[in-house]
Amino acid sequence: MRVVLAEDLFLLRDGLVRMLEAFGFEIAAAVASGPELTRALAELRPDVAVVDVRLPPSFSDEGLQCALAARQETPGLPVLVLSQHVEQLYARELLADGRGGVGYLLKDRVFDADQFIDAVRRVAAGGTAMDPQVISQLLDRRSRDRPMGALTPREREVMGLMAQGRSNTAIAGQLFITERAVAKHTSNIFAKLDLSPSDDDNRRVLAVLAYLDRGTGE
Amino acid sequence: MVTKFSAALPAALAAAGRGLLLAGAALLVSTSLLMLTLLSLGLIPLGIGVVTTPAVLGAVVSYADRRREAGRAWTGVPAPTVRRPLPPEEGGFLGARARRCGQLLSDPATWRDVLWLWFDMVVGFTTAILAGLPLILPVVGVALAAGLWRVVERTGETVTFLFLPVTGQPSALLAGALGLAFLAAAPLIAQPLLRLHVRVSAAVLSPPKAVLARRVQRLEETRGDAVDVSAAELRRIERDLHDGAQARLVAMGMSLGTVEALLEKDPEQARRLLAAARQSSAEALTELRDLVRGIHPPVLAERGLGDALRALALRLPLPVDVAVELPGRAAAPVESAAYFAVSEALTNAVKHSGADHLWLDVRYDGPARALRMTVTDNGRGGADPAAGSGLSGVERRLGTFDGVLAVSSPAGGPTMVTMELPCVLSSQKTSSS
Repeated sequence: MRVVLAEDLFLLRDGLVRMLEAFGFEIAAAVASGPELTRALAELRPDVAVVDVRLPPSFSDEGLQCALAARQETPGLPVLVLSQHVEQLYARELLADGRGGVGYLLKDRVFDADQFIDAVRRVAAGGTAMDPQVISQLLDRRSRDRPMGALTPREREVMGLMAQGRSNTAIAGQLFITERAVAKHTSNIFAKLDLSPSDDDNRRVLAVLAYLDRGTGE
Repeated sequence: MVTKFSAALPAALAAAGRGLLLAGAALLVSTSLLMLTLLSLGLIPLGIGVVTTPAVLGAVVSYADRRREAGRAWTGVPAPTVRRPLPPEEGGFLGARARRCGQLLSDPATWRDVLWLWFDMVVGFTTAILAGLPLILPVVGVALAAGLWRVVERTGETVTFLFLPVTGQPSALLAGALGLAFLAAAPLIAQPLLRLHVRVSAAVLSPPKAVLARRVQRLEETRGDAVDVSAAELRRIERDLHDGAQARLVAMGMSLGTVEALLEKDPEQARRLLAAARQSSAEALTELRDLVRGIHPPVLAERGLGDALRALALRLPLPVDVAVELPGRAAAPVESAAYFAVSEALTNAVKHSGADHLWLDVRYDGPARALRMTVTDNGRGGADPAAGSGLSGVERRLGTFDGVLAVSSPAGGPTMVTMELPCVLSSQKTSSS
């Protein structure tokens, strides 16, 4: 699997290259600025891009802007965005086109190599990887409303993981329950929240996020 | 020409009338207030003056202020002054009077007003009556021409109209013509003479550079606040780093050192310590992230005020309707002050108002050259910025930039906090891309 990596701090870029290579990824390019990233994405057509939000030359959200622009050129181009801080605002922008193949994680998540690599693979396959912090913010906010209160604590746990982009298998593994139990929980959640059930991981994420989002927007 | 004259005449006569009014005030009010003041001051050694002086001086001050106000309204010439604040009315009747008396007497602004009373009796009266001439002279001149001169002549006296001795009908007619000439000249001279009076008064009423003095006073206050705020911020950051990230890094270093020693002997224990060290590093990162958000929010650096406030609204536990209309970006310190002010107002509303919905409106008022931010909630109201809530902190923060804060919060709600921050916006293009 070919990866384009954009990260301006040398140490972090180097570490990411090593980690990705150790897990069998091929590094098509490892760049350090926005313009280089745009060029690499257009020319190399990688299977997935791992991008730092803040990049030179402007040191604003250059990485995010490049990634969004590239996804407009090539719809569905898988992009995993890394950042020192997560903002729902940015998460929404990434999810806005509804195509999947996006990830948005805190840089800390790199510490856990297995989970991080899992997220990269999920994004490359067209799935979603949302940082637990984004999801927990959304859940906290909705928890005051009644429909969320109808969920059991276990269902809330399942819903949080589902919103992050985990598959039923992964959720089962994480919560030490059977996949059938997870499937039962998810169909309960969809029923309680008036959402149409779906097995497609990406569609499930979008449905849950859309639900969490409802009535809290601008 | 004629229409222009008749259009200008009423205003000119009004100015002349005001001149007469001021002359009357100078003659009656200024004179009697000066007498009362001198009398009251003279009675201080007897003790009675201590009671009467604050009242008399209070009257002098408020009379001088009314004359300042009238002068400004009629001619646009300001006469600002800077007074020391009066002590609060506490202690016994006599004690409070004595303190007030001392305060008033030690304030140069009071003495300036008293000195002006004397000046107003002489110079003020003269200049004011000059402004009134276009109203008096035509009346007197025409009256003389109509036969008043005969009445005066019968008493054996001779009237002198301005420089002209009226000795017969021809010279009386001349006086009438002269009077009418003053009426014709009224539009040219009445207002300038009135302004002359106000200007001369203002020169006595205002301390030199009073406007600057007031500005300096305000700047001193806000500078003090700014220094306090930033010192407190630095202390907070120091404490957070010391107790947080720094301590965690120490713990991490210790864990790693132990791991090094245990690697051969007890790999299982070493593995546990490694996991703990990783946990410590994750916690240190979280703390640093929160700290950074408190110093300068990353979204503010990356996207500017509008998106930073949108992101902030998304993090709050209550739904917030955000409307932002900014044609450009303000200077970084202004953006930061605006962000933290709004943040505090929103947090306050979430914590104390009992509301379940908030509204944030941010727009740039082009003509006023100011950023206007409004936070509204549908809570119970009754918020008091003076009651030591976070709002007084916001006020001080904004004060550094000459910004202001107003709170409207009737009992039962809704509460509306309006903040205004003077600033200039640069064009949008420099920020993003």
